[in-house]
Amino acid sequence: MVEWTPVLLALGILLGGVAGAAILTWWERRLLGFWQDRHGPNRIGPWGIGLVVADMIKLLLKDDWVPPFADRAVFIFAPTAIVVSMMMGFAVVPFAPDMQIVDLNIGLLFFLGMTSLAVYSVLLGGLASNNKYALLGGLRSASQMVSYEVFMGLSLMGVVMMSGSFSLVDIVAAQSDVWFCFSQVLGLLVFVVAGIAESHRLPFDLPEAEHELTAGFHTEYGGMKFAMFMLGEYLGLMLISCMIVTLFFGGWMGPDLLNEWLPPIIWFAIKIFFVINFFILLRAAIPRPRYDQLMSLGWKIMLPITLFNLVVTGGVLLWIEETV
Amino acid sequence: MHTARKLAASSVEERLYREFGDTLFVSQSCADQIPTLWVDRENILAVLTFLKPHFCMLYDLFGIDERTRSCRDNQPTADYTVVYQLLSMRRNEDLRIKVGLSESDLNLPTCVAIWPNANWYEREAWDMFGVTFCGHPNLFRILLPPTWEGHALRKDHPARATEMGPFEMGPERVAREQEALRFKPEDWGMQPKEDDHEYMFLNLGPNHPSVHGVFRIALQLDGEVIIDSVPDIGYHHRGAEKMGERQTWHTYIPYTDRIDYLGGVMNNLAYIQSVELLAGVKVPDRAKVIRIMLAELFRVASHLVFYGTFVQDIGQMSPVFYMFADRERLFGIIEAITGGRMHPAWFRIGGVAQDLPNGWDKMIRVFIDSMPARLDHYDKMAMQNKILKERTVGIGIYTEQEALEWGITGPGLRATGNDWDVRKKRPYGGYDQFEFEVPTSNNGDCYDRAELRIEEIRQSLKIIRQCVDNMPAGAYKSDHSATTPPPKERTMQDIETLIHHFLNVSWGPVIPAGEASVMIEATKGINSYHLISDGSTSAYRTRIRTPSFPHLQQIPLISRGLLIPDLIAIIASIDFVMADVDR
Repeated sequence: MVEWTPVLLALGILLGGVAGAAILTWWERRLLGFWQDRHGPNRIGPWGIGLVVADMIKLLLKDDWVPPFADRAVFIFAPTAIVVSMMMGFAVVPFAPDMQIVDLNIGLLFFLGMTSLAVYSVLLGGLASNNKYALLGGLRSASQMVSYEVFMGLSLMGVVMMSGSFSLVDIVAAQSDVWFCFSQVLGLLVFVVAGIAESHRLPFDLPEAEHELTAGFHTEYGGMKFAMFMLGEYLGLMLISCMIVTLFFGGWMGPDLLNEWLPPIIWFAIKIFFVINFFILLRAAIPRPRYDQLMSLGWKIMLPITLFNLVVTGGVLLWIEETV
Repeated sequence: MHTARKLAASSVEERLYREFGDTLFVSQSCADQIPTLWVDRENILAVLTFLKPHFCMLYDLFGIDERTRSCRDNQPTADYTVVYQLLSMRRNEDLRIKVGLSESDLNLPTCVAIWPNANWYEREAWDMFGVTFCGHPNLFRILLPPTWEGHALRKDHPARATEMGPFEMGPERVAREQEALRFKPEDWGMQPKEDDHEYMFLNLGPNHPSVHGVFRIALQLDGEVIIDSVPDIGYHHRGAEKMGERQTWHTYIPYTDRIDYLGGVMNNLAYIQSVELLAGVKVPDRAKVIRIMLAELFRVASHLVFYGTFVQDIGQMSPVFYMFADRERLFGIIEAITGGRMHPAWFRIGGVAQDLPNGWDKMIRVFIDSMPARLDHYDKMAMQNKILKERTVGIGIYTEQEALEWGITGPGLRATGNDWDVRKKRPYGGYDQFEFEVPTSNNGDCYDRAELRIEEIRQSLKIIRQCVDNMPAGAYKSDHSATTPPPKERTMQDIETLIHHFLNVSWGPVIPAGEASVMIEATKGINSYHLISDGSTSAYRTRIRTPSFPHLQQIPLISRGLLIPDLIAIIASIDFVMADVDR
């Protein structure tokens, strides 16, 4: 196997992340088209994949306009913040053994920190636009993402307890017998819901909410700045999928008997593929709750579930320790 | 002049005469047999107040410019007339009250305090005829732009752009028009701030993804909570009523398709039945059943659009594509029969344009056989969804009483428990020959309005199946002389029929002088065309009473205290199209 240097890998993630996000836009549209009894993009290139290039050309050539009434500096800064923070999050993801930019002993906290920073992007974008719809979107995103951050962090503590480490490599290693998706099923549930809320995708896309706020926080954005928001959203989707796989589905490990059949990176990719498709299916299937309903779902249902999970996990671990 | 007492048709009229004395009223006879009484301006408020307990709904209110009308029989002199049409659902009765006004003194008291839905109707009459309603809370223009000069439905106002000076849109004019559109809360009695906090005013529309066209509603917000709102319409106004005064009776048919543009030939039906009533045309049975079948197909198409967009506005992405795919199959059938899709303009005075093509019944059977199972599937996917229920149950409630006060008809009224369906209560065009049920529900919220329409799709499928099974043989068009275009068989043998055909095709038929309106249960509620013929080849006045117009007016009432997403659900559940509002 090739010796991966972190620099090469970082470059690979940068390019792969952007390319992956671009291809995801096409894949999502094809998949939605398939589920919705229609064609989706199918004209340019084989299966319409050339649309990715066409989209890029279009977005790159668009007038890079800043509304005269906007706060110029913040307006330009906002879309970059989400891309940078999401990209940074990938630094701690173990794609395969020895295939990780940096194995921090606080890897999980680093990931949580980076996704939290992404909130600023949406918030600042909404405020800097100086538009009422964007303002409402920004307001919604602030409260939505801040509160779902709480459950997101807490839902992972069960995993941390069971593996005894914040390092993602250790967490994967701790799943060599049983994946945490079985023992931490409540944690998984909350993490998935919080993950959607965090990456503000359709059932929980309230900051954007096309039907209510036209385009929410990015109403005033166009061209590449808009593309950066989209890129950030798809990067977020991929990052959350990476995390779900790493934390709950054994990371790069295949199922016991089949483990040797494929190289670890392929196992990782297959799992990610399924998780991403699951997110796209959710988008196709579920209507959007109201803003206050989303918040009460968080505080009245998600929080008790997480706390319950935490107490039970801790109790069981202590009991095992004492009996062994 | 008729003495009114002799013609007193109903007990309410008799009580009216007893209360006010019969010298006060002048009775006019109309082709549609609706009692029509002229009252002078001084007594109108007293008469309307007296009538309020007897007539639950102000069905319509509109103006007429009488100045160039020649066939007025024995009607009292008037330059302008304001018409109030009242509807009693309990007794299944109508009453028209007319007030004549002179050009030099063009005003009368407002009746907003009696029927709240008079508000928009009176604004419209002011906008179109310049009739001032004294005491009206906001007598602004409603359909035409605030900067418009003149009153468009007056006979001396030009009907075409070529009759006016060249139109220029320089920077000055742009600035003026934009300034005129600025929302000023003070005009609507709203406080920009209260105590220590300011409200936000949000301009929702006219270009917003969820307002179904070009509807604008200005919101007064506290956070995301709606304190008050002002709907603003007129962005889709195309002067359809004015067109009616220029087109012949026959060539106006395609304009009607575009009023409720999702209703297709359903609009033709409302218009053509009034014309046929004026001309005394009897429609053959086959034409009647073909009309009902096509109208019900369009009801299904319109409700499918409603279903899809309703669910989409709640945020569910996929269902709309399934409903539109079904609608596409339906358009395939309509195209095979009529050659058109959304606007076939296929009904004719006295019948329909052509006979049904060979094999028409097979296509329809395939469609109506497959639909019920698909509807069940959609029900599981959308209507049973928990989030969708959370978003719509208990949102946007109005009671039956409120619905009647605000002139709400159709599914929006039946969702409050009232079962008034024109097809049952006043079977028109042969509906008495069909078996179907009128679904109702009791909560009057967004969810009920949606569910009720879905049940209506099933009932319409039932009617269509009866049409397919029992399609009568015979002519598809009447042989009455007003039938347009007239039958062509004998034109080449007989000079009389040739002349008749030539005149009817080039000028169109002459419809006898008179007034008539016939209600139909359109896709969105009760629709009717009040036609006035002056004995010529085109209408003297075409008044289109559409269901969507009053439906929008009561949005502020039911959205107070709710959030923006609730308002979107309410807008989606009302099922309006802007062309049906603005005409």
